[in-house]
Amino acid sequence: MSGEQKMNRRSFLRGSLGAAGGMAAVAAALTPLKDLDLSEMTVDHFLQKHYKEMSPKEIDQVIERISKEVEERYDLRPELKDVKPMDGVEFTYLLNLGRCIGCRKCVHACVAENNQSRSPEIQYIRVLEMPRGSVNLEHSNHHYGDKKVPSKDHFYMPVQCHQCDNPPCVKVCPVEATWKEDDGIVVIDYDWCIGCRYCEAACPYWARRFNFAEPEIPKKDLNPKMGYLSNRPRHKGVMEKCHFCLHRTREGKLPACLEVCPVGARKFGNINDPNSEVVQILKTKRIFILKQEVGTKPRFFYYFDEDYGFGD
Amino acid sequence: MKDYLRFLRRCFRISFVGDWRYYLWMFLLSVVALFGLNAYSQQLVHGLQTTGMTDQVSWGLYIANFTYLVGMAAAAVMLVIPVYIYKNKDLHDLVIFGELFAVASILMCLLFVTVDLGRPDRFIHLFLRFNWPISMLTWDVLVLNGYLLLNLHICGYLIYCAYRRTRPGKWFYIPFVFVAIFWAISIHTVTAFLYSGLGSRPLWNSAVLAPRFLASAFSAGPAFLVLALQVIRRFSDYKVPDGALQMLRKIITVALSINMFLLGSEMFTEFYTQAEHSASAQYLFFGLAGKHALVPWIWTAIGMNSLALVLLFFPISKSLKWLNLSCALMIVGIWIEKGMGLIVPAFIPSPLGEMVEYKPTTNEILVSLGIWAFGLLVFTILVRITIPVLSGRLTIDSVHPAELPNAFSTKTFN
Repeated sequence: MSGEQKMNRRSFLRGSLGAAGGMAAVAAALTPLKDLDLSEMTVDHFLQKHYKEMSPKEIDQVIERISKEVEERYDLRPELKDVKPMDGVEFTYLLNLGRCIGCRKCVHACVAENNQSRSPEIQYIRVLEMPRGSVNLEHSNHHYGDKKVPSKDHFYMPVQCHQCDNPPCVKVCPVEATWKEDDGIVVIDYDWCIGCRYCEAACPYWARRFNFAEPEIPKKDLNPKMGYLSNRPRHKGVMEKCHFCLHRTREGKLPACLEVCPVGARKFGNINDPNSEVVQILKTKRIFILKQEVGTKPRFFYYFDEDYGFGD
Repeated sequence: MKDYLRFLRRCFRISFVGDWRYYLWMFLLSVVALFGLNAYSQQLVHGLQTTGMTDQVSWGLYIANFTYLVGMAAAAVMLVIPVYIYKNKDLHDLVIFGELFAVASILMCLLFVTVDLGRPDRFIHLFLRFNWPISMLTWDVLVLNGYLLLNLHICGYLIYCAYRRTRPGKWFYIPFVFVAIFWAISIHTVTAFLYSGLGSRPLWNSAVLAPRFLASAFSAGPAFLVLALQVIRRFSDYKVPDGALQMLRKIITVALSINMFLLGSEMFTEFYTQAEHSASAQYLFFGLAGKHALVPWIWTAIGMNSLALVLLFFPISKSLKWLNLSCALMIVGIWIEKGMGLIVPAFIPSPLGEMVEYKPTTNEILVSLGIWAFGLLVFTILVRITIPVLSGRLTIDSVHPAELPNAFSTKTFN
């Protein structure tokens, strides 16, 4: 054997050993992936189109598949529907700051209705406790705990998605996974969102929530009445937020947070109907728009009763 | 075509050849990159709960590094302009290293954005429904990938011409070089607009953000190259004239001065008005409502950058020792200023006034270090290939690189 051949053989051996060692190291580094949940990475999921591009038939197929997945996971057959906006209806939400007592019943009704993750906890409504005399978010208390409410020196301001008419979250989404529907509700296609959280940074009302982990809901707590663009179960890695309970409100019912409110601080209705209560309130009461200066034109307004006074 | 494949094969082979210092460096980088890969696998399985991010602080270390590295990539233009517009001789043969670093930086940027995604498996959706021109993020996707392609073309073409011992055809690369000058400025401008366009975040919602980004990038980027070029000079026979380093020193001095001036302007506007909108700035510089995790960071950054600038203002910085010190100071100082000092505080307090602080987790830090190691690995390999090609040792009719075991470190093969 000539010297050159020997040399080649040695470098070949060394190369192969190096390559094998490198591959083994990469494989070792990747071992955590053996626990990766692949149930959401099937061909069907991969090929699923954007909500707006699906034909009614394709939506039905996806609804069937999702229903099966929910059934497998929660042992419960959901009533999953794709409820469309009603003609000529644009929703408006009003909240009476003089009435709200900060009991947070709305927060919990929302969690139950909309199948939010219980662990880690996700809530769409945040109630702020503020000293009377000003509306300064910097001085708000988010964690006033279980103490007796209302406290005499404070008022309470629940904040949830304002369903802006000029929504910055929709503007910034790189893949159009979130958009404004004809009735004014800003929705998310949970199967299209890539989880970049740009919308979360863009929202001035801190209304959006991200699934940092796979959501957990006890089987007995799952609400089987589901909407495609609203409360069907989400998976880790996508955004979610308040959608005015569209699976209820588009069928003439009221949002869960409104129904549960013990003091009637919440009003909901169609702004295109001149006889609706919301239009009457908007015409006659003092209205406050949170962060009006950011110019997003919310559909969620705060108002004050005539008898509301500071420091009473 | 056959020649080109052979060229690629030889490049691949030569990237595995070097002396013990080269092997040690590459081994260390590989180990860190693999730790990063391991940490990322954990993140894929468990979700972004493995990071320190929350609904309040929804962007952290990943996006901070991304922002910094876009600037590093754009900084190549600070070598291109002197050479192609002002015909600077000293920098002429070094531009390519700036462009190679831009390639490595953009790769790191793309990785940092990818690891930040909650659903990287849906990456394909970007091609199917692209919210252009409304979403600034889509602009960023376009300009970053465009910049990567431009630099790959320019470097690849010049290196391959040198390999074939042919003169590069002017029309095949000069127009691209000039496009790349504007493109470089655009990548960092678009990245700044990504933040400054958000009315919900007063700390970012400032017209001075894009100029600030450019100024800080044009200091930290060339500062990195000052150090990298000296490493290249030390470990190879490639000629790096002192004049080139001094030219970069002047560029850095001007850029860093502008950066400090803009930071000062920003601080004046935030603090003199004392509006409610300056809560994030208040938190960053002095602490707010008993929380002040970022205060030591930002003052460290300002201290490092100021010291670097003072050193640069004095003639002692003409000596490489002091120049290197100020470069190292500003590479770190600007990383803090743009990362922990700009991305994170915009989220604190939250838009509803909640004070939640951010601290990256070990897993998140490992992923970030892994990406940095991978980027440096790529940069080292690109440099490793380029040096023998440009100095005429690895050409179409030269001997096989494996027969030049010390091609990288010794000076005998001229």
